[in-house]
Amino acid sequence: MKEISLHILDIVQNSISAKANIIKLKVLESTIENKLVVIIEDDGQGMDKEFLKRVSDPFITTRTTRKVGLGISLLKASAERCQGNFMIDSEKGIGTRVKASFQYDHIDRAPLGNMAETIVSIILSLGHNTELIYFHGYNHQEFIFDTREIKKILGDEVSIFQSEVVNWIKDYVKQGLKKLYGGVEN
Amino acid sequence: MKSLKELAEIRKNTLENINLRKGREGYRIIVGMATCGIAAGARPVLTTIMEEISNLDLKDVTVAQTGCIGACRLEPMVEVYSPDGNKVTYIKMDPEKAKAMVESHIKNGKVIDEYTMTVIDGKVIDPVTK
Repeated sequence: MKEISLHILDIVQNSISAKANIIKLKVLESTIENKLVVIIEDDGQGMDKEFLKRVSDPFITTRTTRKVGLGISLLKASAERCQGNFMIDSEKGIGTRVKASFQYDHIDRAPLGNMAETIVSIILSLGHNTELIYFHGYNHQEFIFDTREIKKILGDEVSIFQSEVVNWIKDYVKQGLKKLYGGVEN
Repeated sequence: MKSLKELAEIRKNTLENINLRKGREGYRIIVGMATCGIAAGARPVLTTIMEEISNLDLKDVTVAQTGCIGACRLEPMVEVYSPDGNKVTYIKMDPEKAKAMVESHIKNGKVIDEYTMTVIDGKVIDPVTK
């Protein structure tokens, strides 16, 4: 993947397929610790131990259209080639947690990329009762976005999937992140 | 700066128009968002579609995603279902083509044939060579 934000979009699709109600996405950037960490946590159906053990194997997938699943293996490879590491924990009926870390200044680290586009693409993939909580830290600054807050403002009659709302969210996240980085776009 | 007040404004405008739109069936646009689609560039295609729907002020259009459609080499793929249930599959999309598709197909009802998938004798014909 050309951007880490594309990996994020991809991995979150697994949480959605696992029928999660709440998906927590954390992006932690620290130039002080020279680290970039991505954590995706869900309360979906989870995996049993046997499947979990083999899940980073590209020849393991839940998809039915073909026999190769690359999402997790690609993220793992990306992290490991940047002196980082990859972890996945899951419990059947409880949920799944994926954590990938990267050495921030590693020459092979892909840029984080367009998180605003990733967030709205995730939102358009969510079911009506699935929520996304997005926390983004950059050194000591933070930005938080929560679909529950947006839905509270929109009320029951107006959908979060509507184009005007989606475009507003994209700009909102974009500007929030710009502020996070101290006024410069990543 | 985008404020939550603006969001409340969007809500108000939507509610004012909601009665006019009730019960009207519109187009449904589905973008393939599995690993293959994402790697091939589905994300900017999806966001461009959303922007163009807003820009052209199109109502009653639903946009959603799906997993792997099964022809990964043709990604990014976009399926458009018309109100009468017909489906058109666009392949190898990019933001420019997506923008043109929304304007021509969704707004004016004209399918852009050269972007669509054609199957002859069970074989998918590439739109470039068609």
